[in-house]
Amino acid sequence: MSSTETNHIIQVKDLTKQFGTFTAVDHITFEVERGEIFGFLGANGAGKTTAMRMLCGLSYPTSGNGTVAGFDVVKEGEKIKRHIGYMSQRFSLYDDLTVMENMELFGGIYGVKRRELKKRATTLLQKLKFIEERDTMVKALPLGWKQKLAFAVATLHSPEIVFLDEPTGGVDPITRRQFWEMIYQAASQGTTIFVTTHYMDEAEYCNRISMMVDGKIKALDTPANLKKSYNAASIDEVFRTLARDAQRGD
Amino acid sequence: MDTSTLAIEVKGISKSYGTVKALDKVSLDVRRGEIFGLIGPDGAGKTTLFKILVTLLNADEGTATVDGLDIVKDYRTIRSRVGYMPGKFSLYPDLTIEENMEFFATLFGVTVEQNYDLVAPIYKQIEPFKKRRAGRLSGGMKQKLALSCALIHKPSVLFLDEPTTGVDAVSRSEFWDMLHNLREQGLSILASTPYMDEASRCDRIALCNTGRVLDIDSPQHMVEKFDGRIYGIKSHNMYDLLKELRDNRCISSCYTAGEYHHLLAGAGFDLGDLKQRLIAKGHSDVEIKSIVPNIEDIFIKLLSNEQY
Repeated sequence: MSSTETNHIIQVKDLTKQFGTFTAVDHITFEVERGEIFGFLGANGAGKTTAMRMLCGLSYPTSGNGTVAGFDVVKEGEKIKRHIGYMSQRFSLYDDLTVMENMELFGGIYGVKRRELKKRATTLLQKLKFIEERDTMVKALPLGWKQKLAFAVATLHSPEIVFLDEPTGGVDPITRRQFWEMIYQAASQGTTIFVTTHYMDEAEYCNRISMMVDGKIKALDTPANLKKSYNAASIDEVFRTLARDAQRGD
Repeated sequence: MDTSTLAIEVKGISKSYGTVKALDKVSLDVRRGEIFGLIGPDGAGKTTLFKILVTLLNADEGTATVDGLDIVKDYRTIRSRVGYMPGKFSLYPDLTIEENMEFFATLFGVTVEQNYDLVAPIYKQIEPFKKRRAGRLSGGMKQKLALSCALIHKPSVLFLDEPTTGVDAVSRSEFWDMLHNLREQGLSILASTPYMDEASRCDRIALCNTGRVLDIDSPQHMVEKFDGRIYGIKSHNMYDLLKELRDNRCISSCYTAGEYHHLLAGAGFDLGDLKQRLIAKGHSDVEIKSIVPNIEDIFIKLLSNEQY
C-alpha cells in the first residue's frame, strides 16, 4: 500500500530502533494525515530524535515498517530525504553565505531547476518582506529572521511534508508567534507539518499531538481530547502526568 | 540602599562586539537571598552580562559589584566567592562524575565532604552513577552535575546561565525546586532563561531584549501594574479568527497564546458586540473570557511599544 493513494503522509507500524541492548524507539505505530499540523512531543531521552531520524530517512529501523511521503522507511531513505523538508534549531543556514546564496544552495541540492529556483526564491523573499536583504550575509541577520528564512528554505522545493525540530527555541515571543503563523499558512496551503517543541502553548496549535515516554507513544489525539481524557486544564498538565512515570532520561 | 544588602549591583554596564551592542547601559540590583531572573530571548545579552559579572569579560563602560566587591579591582576574590554554571556544558567529559566533583573542589581548596550537605539534595540524584564519565550522561544528569560542581566551594552568589534551555517541562520545574532549596540555605541566585513561564519561580525579574532591560519588578507586581485589558478568545477556526481580529479597530493587538488567542482591548471594545460580529461572520463555538496577563503578554506589550 502506498501512502500516496491514501490520506496518510506518514504511516508507520511497530517502528523500532535498538542500539545494542537499548531500545531507543519501541514499536511505535501511528499515522499523520495530509495537511495536518502534527506535534511530536516527549520528555528528554524519550526517543523523539531517534524516531524523527528514521522518519526523515537518516537512520534505518531495526524492525517495523512504514512509509513517509509514499516511500518505504526501511528501503528508501534516500528518496525520503529528497522529498521532505527539514529544519532544526541547531543547524539551518550557512552564516557566511548571503540570503540568496543560501536559497540557491539548498534549492540546488534539492534539484529545483535554476530558472524555477530564482522565481520561487524571489516570491518567497517578497512574501517575507526580505527582498531587500537578498544580498545580506546570513550571520548579520537577527535570530528571528534566520529562523523564518530557514523555514522558507526548507519549503523551497515544495515538499509535501516538513519536519521542524524545535524550530522556535530561544526566539523572542513575537517572532515565535510570527513563525507559527508561517506554519499555519503553509498548512492551510496543504503542506503537512511535523513539529517538535518544548513550548506547551505551541502544542495547542497542532491539529493532533503525540506524547512519547520511554520509547513508546503513550498518547495521541487532538489537544482538546487529550485534555478531556486526562481531565487536565492544559497540555502542560497532560504532559506532566505522562512524563512523571518516565523511567528513562533524567 | 546600603551596598552590603546587595548580592549584585550593576550600574550602566555596556558592551559591544564590533558594531553589535550586546549590552546597552544595563542597571540592576540583586538582593541577598533572592532568586533574580534574567528573562529574554537569544541576543538579549544575558550571557555577556554573566561573563562580565563573573569577571571573565571586561565591560566597555559602567561599574558593578558582586558580593560587595568591585568586578575590576577585586576580580580574584570574586572568583572564589561565586558559583558559575555556563550555558554550554563545561565539565570534563572524560572525567567521571566523582572526578569532576573532586577536581572542582580541589581548585577552590575545599573537599567534597566539607560541603557535602549543601550539594547533597542535588548530588544524591546522580551519585549512584558516580563512576560514569560526564560525557556519557543524559542532559538532565549533566545539568545536575554542573550545578553540583558550581556549588561545591559553597559560593555566596550563584550564576546560572540558561540552566533549563532544551530541558523538558517536568525536569525544568524540578530544577527550579532545587533552586528554591538553595535559596533557603541563604544563597543569592541570578539565573537566566528564555522560558517566560519560569518567571513566576523568581522573586524578581528583569525582562530584557537586544541588550536592554525593558522592566524590573516582581512577577506579581508586573502583572498588577499591566495597563490594559486582556481577553482569551477561541472559535472553531483559530487561524481565520486571528486574521479577523487583527482587522478589528477596537482591538489593539491579537496573537496566538495556546488554546486561546490573546487580545488586548482598545478604545470602544465591547465583548458582546465582538461575539455577535464573529458569529455573523460564520465563526462557531466562539468563547471569550477576561484573563489575567502572564509574563509573555507583558513582554509582548513592552516589545510592541518599542520596535514592532
